[in-house]
Amino acid sequence: MARRAQPISAGVWVGVAAAALILMLTLGTLGAVFTRAGTLSTLGPADWAAIRFTLLQATLSAALSVALAIPVARALARRQFVGRGLLITLLGAPFILPVIVAILGLLAVFGRRGLLNIALSWAGIEPVSIYGLQGVLLAHVFFNLPLATRLILQGWLSIPSERFRLAASLGFRAADINRALELPMLRRVLPGAFVVIFVICMTSFAVALTLGGGPRSTTVELAIYQAFRFDFNLGHAALLSVIQFGLSALAAVLAAWIAVPAFGDAGLDRPLLRWDARRLRLRLLDGAWIVAVALFLLLPLAMVVGQGALALFSLPEAVFWAAGRSVLTAIGSALLMLALAFPLAYAATRAGRGFEVIGTLSIAASPLVIGTGLFILLRPVTNPVALALPVTALVNAVMSLPFAMRALVPALREVEATYGQLADSLALHGMARLRLLLLPRMRRPIGFAAGLAAALSMGDLGVIALFADPARATLPLQLYRLMGSYRLDQAAGAALLLLGLSLALFWLFDRGGRVNADA
Amino acid sequence: MLTLDKVLYRQGEFSLSADFSVAPGARVAILGPSGAGKSTLLDLIAGFVVPDQGRILWQGDDLTRVAPGDRPLSLLFQDNNLFPHLTVARNVGLGLRPDLRLSADQKQAVQAALARVGLSGMGNRKPSALSGGQRSRVALARVLLRARPLMLLDEPFAALGPALKAEMLALVRELADETGASVLMVSHDPADARALAGDTILVANGVASPPRETGALFADPPAALRSYLG
Repeated sequence: MARRAQPISAGVWVGVAAAALILMLTLGTLGAVFTRAGTLSTLGPADWAAIRFTLLQATLSAALSVALAIPVARALARRQFVGRGLLITLLGAPFILPVIVAILGLLAVFGRRGLLNIALSWAGIEPVSIYGLQGVLLAHVFFNLPLATRLILQGWLSIPSERFRLAASLGFRAADINRALELPMLRRVLPGAFVVIFVICMTSFAVALTLGGGPRSTTVELAIYQAFRFDFNLGHAALLSVIQFGLSALAAVLAAWIAVPAFGDAGLDRPLLRWDARRLRLRLLDGAWIVAVALFLLLPLAMVVGQGALALFSLPEAVFWAAGRSVLTAIGSALLMLALAFPLAYAATRAGRGFEVIGTLSIAASPLVIGTGLFILLRPVTNPVALALPVTALVNAVMSLPFAMRALVPALREVEATYGQLADSLALHGMARLRLLLLPRMRRPIGFAAGLAAALSMGDLGVIALFADPARATLPLQLYRLMGSYRLDQAAGAALLLLGLSLALFWLFDRGGRVNADA
Repeated sequence: MLTLDKVLYRQGEFSLSADFSVAPGARVAILGPSGAGKSTLLDLIAGFVVPDQGRILWQGDDLTRVAPGDRPLSLLFQDNNLFPHLTVARNVGLGLRPDLRLSADQKQAVQAALARVGLSGMGNRKPSALSGGQRSRVALARVLLRARPLMLLDEPFAALGPALKAEMLALVRELADETGASVLMVSHDPADARALAGDTILVANGVASPPRETGALFADPPAALRSYLG
């Protein structure tokens, strides 16, 4: 549509306010940090080591995840089996899985007294350690192999089935198909998948906190946390925050330069008919990959559920208080996210895509940097620790914005394209348009986005670790403390509780958007 | 009287000019080849697009910058005339108050309008529970209730079968007679123009010609209409 006769509506101004708040949180906090930071000359060898480790682990994590995802995606693309749909759904689950829960599960399988080392000791082999680089990589692959698999699977299913039929009619073998059809597709898809995972691994604090550490495997974010919590050196934390922001900006530029694929799940349930892959050797190969990835993803979670179920009823009272605080924070975070995302999405459809870009800015932002900045900004005014939970809710709301925008903006465009003229012709403006048209038509994406935000906030172990004291611990932080004091039974119980609550929150919001929704 | 005063609209290669008036109570079909700008003409009058030059006047008042919902007209689109999540009565009620805070009298008026189009007792249904013809009737009930002096129809019954379409056109004529409204209807079907039994605006070659009596126009078609009719 060329120009509209309507003036800019009040909704756009709310969007401008939301954009300003987000810019304040991402760039304004950086400004606050910057004023506190020392000069670059105070960077010690430990800081340089942190920078190197951050880049190294993100690069290796992304490379490993993508490399392992290729055979898994290929197997899923060309095989039809019972549970295929379930496995693909499961590949979307790590997204709302609390990091700390997954880590507890990984410890149960790969930890010092985990299943792997028990098996190794039977075989008389020295135990392996999960801590350090290999542990960080393991956790990152656990979280990102599923994402990479879904992205690559999308690529596979985007090859028109006619091409495979043509290939079959020409008598192509698997190797010929690989060269003619699959390699060109992979060249298109892999860079985007790599960059997405690289960006995610640059700012995955909880993994570094639990499995990293020490002089050789500390990330910049972990160094910020340590400077902040243990050394009480705000200036040094600020300097590291500036560095982290620089790294994030680098990652963001990389992501903008390489086309990052959309997180859709259109048509993943449709396997390809492949005439070239009927040979037994290929069938066994694909089967092995599918079984391996299912075990790798399910075993840690099964361990958490198994160990946690016993301890669930003997949890200390503090865990339940923490759970209550977490649920309230998560709901608050979901509502805050909607209050930001909806006006932004509205402004993006009415007043330009710049608002969409602002809404996705935080994908590269570090919650630790935002947290440090907020602490510096709040300290002259009030006691930041007293605001730990509201700050956690707000920061998580901003962090889940990119995913919410991906759900809301296309849906809003669709509603406006279909019903916008009718609504305009009936003078349906302002709150009436919101109440009678936009909210009812967008219940599904709103429910989904709110569920995602609630689950992400529920499992967050980032900002809260900076701010909280024991009296205001959330469930993930409480769980981390139980792990730290080697009460692993109780930790498993708390992990099961956290897992259940995260999934329940996601399900409730998502479900709420679906019931009675008219097609 | 609706007046398009030296209106010119351009977008890229496309341009459309219009300079004519439509008398009160007139029934005007807008005919022409696809892509010629029939719907653009309607969008200009409805206010969805703004002309680059010229003015659109109603009874001498300049409408050119007035928002679509504040213009003295009701619209019937090809589809999506109803909000699927609202009941029939609420869809009609939007014609009275966009925020749907209806008084008892207004609710009664909604029921009366539904009765007028033959949908008594269907107010609580959702549009998905109605047939295509019934949905068109709901939209017409809202047009009736809005009682605006102009009715703009953009191929509104294209999805209906011939018999149902004729029935709907008859209903449009009746409602226009009752409210005294002028009717402007876009169509690609010359039979619609004849059924409307009024004037025809021919849109071709970037120009919307002034309305002419349909019978006379078809008896002596200009070149553009001849090539369209084939």
